[in-house]
Amino acid sequence: MYRYDEFDHRLVAERIAQFRRQVRRRLAGEITEDQFKPLRLKNGVYLQLHAYMLRVNVPYGTLSSRQLRKFAHIARTYDRGFGHFTTRQNIQYHWIRLEQVPDILEELASVEITTIQSSGNCVRNITSDQYAGVARDELADPRVYCELLRQYSVLHPEFSYLPRKFKIAVTGSPNDRAAVAVHDIGLRMHRNAAGETGFEVLVGGGLGRTPYIAHTIRDWVAPEDLLAYVESILRIYNIYGRRDNIHKARIKIIVNQLGIDRYRELVEEDFAASKDTPRPELPPDEIDRIAAFFAPPPYEALDDITDELDALAAGDARFARWLRHNVAPHKQPGYAIVNVTLKAPGAVPGDITAEQMDALADLADEYSFGELRVNHRQNLVLPYVRQRDLHTVWSKLDALVLATPNLNLLSDVISCPGLDYCALANARSLPVARDISARFVDVDRLAAIGPVTINVSGCMNACGHHHVGNIGILGVDKRGKEFFQLTLGGSSDRNAALGDRLGPGLAQEEVPDAIEAIVDRYLELREEGERFLDTYRRVGIEPFKEAVYGVAEERAIA
Amino acid sequence: MTGLVRNGELVEDRFVDASGAEALPESGAVIVGLEQWQAHRDALLLRGEPLGIKLRSDQMPQAIAGDIEHFDVIALEFPKFRDGRAYSYARLLRERYGYKKELRAVGEVLLEQLHFMLRCGFDAFEIRDPDPLGAYRAALSDYTVWYQPTGDGRPTAMQLRRQRLQQHG
Amino acid sequence: MKQMVIANHLADGFVVFLGPDDRWCRWIGEGRVLEDPAEAEAALATAKRHEADNVVVDPTLIEVTIDEAGLPRPVEIREAIRAFGPTTGAGSGGNAFSDVVGR
Repeated sequence: MYRYDEFDHRLVAERIAQFRRQVRRRLAGEITEDQFKPLRLKNGVYLQLHAYMLRVNVPYGTLSSRQLRKFAHIARTYDRGFGHFTTRQNIQYHWIRLEQVPDILEELASVEITTIQSSGNCVRNITSDQYAGVARDELADPRVYCELLRQYSVLHPEFSYLPRKFKIAVTGSPNDRAAVAVHDIGLRMHRNAAGETGFEVLVGGGLGRTPYIAHTIRDWVAPEDLLAYVESILRIYNIYGRRDNIHKARIKIIVNQLGIDRYRELVEEDFAASKDTPRPELPPDEIDRIAAFFAPPPYEALDDITDELDALAAGDARFARWLRHNVAPHKQPGYAIVNVTLKAPGAVPGDITAEQMDALADLADEYSFGELRVNHRQNLVLPYVRQRDLHTVWSKLDALVLATPNLNLLSDVISCPGLDYCALANARSLPVARDISARFVDVDRLAAIGPVTINVSGCMNACGHHHVGNIGILGVDKRGKEFFQLTLGGSSDRNAALGDRLGPGLAQEEVPDAIEAIVDRYLELREEGERFLDTYRRVGIEPFKEAVYGVAEERAIA
Repeated sequence: MTGLVRNGELVEDRFVDASGAEALPESGAVIVGLEQWQAHRDALLLRGEPLGIKLRSDQMPQAIAGDIEHFDVIALEFPKFRDGRAYSYARLLRERYGYKKELRAVGEVLLEQLHFMLRCGFDAFEIRDPDPLGAYRAALSDYTVWYQPTGDGRPTAMQLRRQRLQQHG
Repeated sequence: MKQMVIANHLADGFVVFLGPDDRWCRWIGEGRVLEDPAEAEAALATAKRHEADNVVVDPTLIEVTIDEAGLPRPVEIREAIRAFGPTTGAGSGGNAFSDVVGR
């Protein structure tokens, strides 16, 4: 993974020193809250319901054991003994004191972790595929370009006061695990006719109040032009993006207002004109230099041991379930990708204690070349596990309650923090998530249901990404009472789609029953090999509407 | 107090900002708005005195790209500090249209932004502080590392790294 | 209508209530219940002075009812969560007060 050099260290140190001064000035009353708020947001410091919240970047989801231990230390020393992984490959602490933030930032900097631009109207954490570098279906490791984009976007003098936040995601695989189609800029690596690797560039995707799927602005951008092309997209957004209404300020709004053709025209014009002026070039040797940081680890030459694993699984049903659901095939023979689920029945999705983090760091050191990943569903990954260590790793994870075998299954629920923590929320999302995971405990039943994503958001800002959940749940406030609206059919993969509204909002107690009804109806209707999403796309929403609201029955009675 | 810092010095503003006025002063260095420039271009050029123009954040510099040689100062407004359009406008004026004279940041200019503004091509700043020059100098010393190239010619981290590699073989 | 003044402490962000003697307390049970609009406005004005003095951020008036045990309970769920902690309980780092309000 990338290692800071003196330039990176110095920039971060200067940033922290600046923020330390700003905090001191705020506490002394030399600057007001209005003046201070954008400064603290640019360092990831939110004031939420109970305390300050600190959002920490895990750049493109790659984490070292040393960094994870530091996260545990922060949780223990400055917070209440736990941290929360988000849907954008960040970790959040929800009980932070402002006066301690500069010290926390220094501690994080000592392990090359920052909170720079984790909030604010600027380019945020660049996110990517959690299986980068190890997935069998990968074309190229996207993290090389994520790191280049990260440096490019940090404290960019022209783009630090964009109309609104800006999120970029990169995938190096045709199976997009980074949800590029719902980002402000999505980058899909692929090969052109000449066999060269480059980027399809998408713009204007996003969730929230007005969700959109991104448009392709260019089929092909060569790697050496990537930063300059992104610069042109950002420049046109900075100039044309709306600043009259905070809810209309994202790039998705202006792209759809102008139309993708006009937006493209403006970007291409700027890109052509910028050729003779200083622009961020990306020479091949620089790409190679960064790529060297992402070289594969010193793998042993091993064979796949499928038969042995099958035999182990045959003798141990619990291990078998975990092996089947949480372990993904690895590019390197003899190795496997282990998903560490933070989704025990009744758990708060994404929460992890300091003890679990320390123990997991030890496991990473012993079994995964000291490296972990953060995915987009509030789970973690050990990316380099030898197949012959799988049973041992499983039993150790199991002892830590980190081995619930439900990856991508119904109880692998994603949830934002919601009204229990967040000042923006309208409803509590965590109790709903917990109720669902507590209701669907039988792993065999979960396996029979198959892959289905449930996403819960506590307000229209959609931090739970409910629009792209196969089942989406949106909490709303109606006359002081919490209601939950369900959507079906969302997905963030190659055929990204936004969910369709199922019907009137349900009370919190009614949600698990509704999920049961939806699942039962799916099981009745599905054909051979169909996942929930496939069946939904085939039969439409009506059968599920009836299942939940019983309309057909009412009609029959009337 | 509001002070004008230009090229790192506290200076008197010799220009009168007439951009919001009904009528222009009879003589003297004056800054006009875009509408005034477009309406009275010939008359303004005939004045034979230093001339400036102030653009609002919703006025793109393309509108004056062909006329920049006539201006001794171009002022770009930041109506609210979070309105960041003028950062792009400044770069376009300096790097695309070749403007070489005074480029002034006016409006809600925060100390934390001076660094970015300078890198985008501004060389003059209306600073609201009891000690404008002191505040300017302090703000500028905040950072010594830059990742991105702009027209200011400061070497980026990437460039410095490559230089170093070349030196050490 | 009974009210109280709620805010966040600037330095640590914790939720506080305006108490007797115009001091801020973390436990709602120690806060001052304001019985009429005039008293409420005066308390808010005091709180706003504290905001200008950089003690608290964003003080507001909230409506409360008094339960059988004499404890003030905010009427709005958001304020109840601020007063008593996340409803997800102590296991997720909710503060001890979250046991009081339960689900």
